[in-house]
Amino acid sequence: MAETVVITVKSEAFLKKIVALSAEAITVCDQCGTCSGSCPMIAEMDVTPSQLMRMVQLGQSEALDTKTMWVCASCFACTVRCPRGLDVSKVAEALRQVTLRRSVDHLDIRNIPDDELAELPQIALVSAFRKLTG
Amino acid sequence: MTSEQTSTTRAAPDTGSPKRTRLPYYPGCTLKTTGKGLEDSALAVAETLGVELVELPRWNCCGVVTSLTDDDLMRHIAPIRNMVRVQEVSDAGLVDDKRVVTLCSMCFNALKWSNARIVGDAEDLKSLNDFMYLEEDYRGDAEVVHFLEILKELDPEAIAEQVKTPLGELNVAPYYGCTLLRPKSIGIDDPEDPTIQQELLEIMGATVIDNPYKTVCCGSYQTVQDKYAVAELTHGILSHARAAGAEAVTTFCPLCAFNLDNRQREVLEKHPDFEPMPVFYFTQLMAVAFGLNPKCCRFDLNHTDPRPLLRGKGLMKEGA
Repeated sequence: MAETVVITVKSEAFLKKIVALSAEAITVCDQCGTCSGSCPMIAEMDVTPSQLMRMVQLGQSEALDTKTMWVCASCFACTVRCPRGLDVSKVAEALRQVTLRRSVDHLDIRNIPDDELAELPQIALVSAFRKLTG
Repeated sequence: MTSEQTSTTRAAPDTGSPKRTRLPYYPGCTLKTTGKGLEDSALAVAETLGVELVELPRWNCCGVVTSLTDDDLMRHIAPIRNMVRVQEVSDAGLVDDKRVVTLCSMCFNALKWSNARIVGDAEDLKSLNDFMYLEEDYRGDAEVVHFLEILKELDPEAIAEQVKTPLGELNVAPYYGCTLLRPKSIGIDDPEDPTIQQELLEIMGATVIDNPYKTVCCGSYQTVQDKYAVAELTHGILSHARAAGAEAVTTFCPLCAFNLDNRQREVLEKHPDFEPMPVFYFTQLMAVAFGLNPKCCRFDLNHTDPRPLLRGKGLMKEGA
């Protein structure tokens, strides 16, 4: 069943916002799927990285509700392979930042068990809190 | 700006000369705790090779991950403040080079990336200097290198001369992960098929097992919010190394080390048939090959004890 996508002023504003935050020319993504084929975290995602790019191209702010943007490990496997020279990690970061700048954290230190906190290296905790909290 | 323009000296020691090359050294927080086996073994290996790593005074956290949004200058203050420290020790004549050496792959990536971004934008550099008005202005001429790059600059013969216990029958798969390789502008080797660890392991006489999972991400900081997702990646990386013939893997990253080593506990919960595999810091194996005191390896901090494997291969004495 074909789905009708309506582009509104609001959706265009959303695209522009993510383009500004990521400094990526998101509209040049031609949906080849190389990023999705390279992503180590794809098994944990609800939409693939290329689908996420398409959602942003169309200005769909539902991209902010995806699990995908929180599961990206910023490993840059997609970045080095993208034939259009795009960096999906930066797009995922821009999406996270839209939410985090509204003071909505994705990770709460109180939910991490004490034995995990004692064992985790500092670089794990610092990077997780920089990526997943505002 | 090229390295030729900014580097003052090369690290290669003159053979036969007792003079050590003094390089500024940024440890980062984890090298003082779970990554102590990396720091202690690397310092011992460097000393053996005539390189003195001079720890920066008053270093601070590098931020670990580079902020990827375009409007986030504030998040580059921490790494750039460390570059001010590099400039200070260089200006004071305490080191022979303006290239700061890192051991932790994540610190390497975060510092090099921030440095490149800020040095590449005069206005941003001025903004940060104005913000850090209590510091000397950072002139932007210091560089960030990884210890592997220093090792590669050395004469291979000089490294080979130090090998007292060739690693012989030890089948090792080098693991690179992400931050040594990606993005391309920051990485130190081919992002798809790196060989820098292999070349050095071969000098130490090891049997190197190459496999394509050497560049697959371990899950990084996702280990904090979903340890089982990371355990699946660990299972994939180590199982492929094992299938290719490896008995151990090497890394330079304390977070990769945690995910590949400590998360084997979660791997075993989900995959009871999994055979645990030791995860070495690269310099731990160098210290073994050089016949250095095993205390510098801090094998007590490894989750999967590598000592039975080393003893089985005759690379470590009983009781050591």
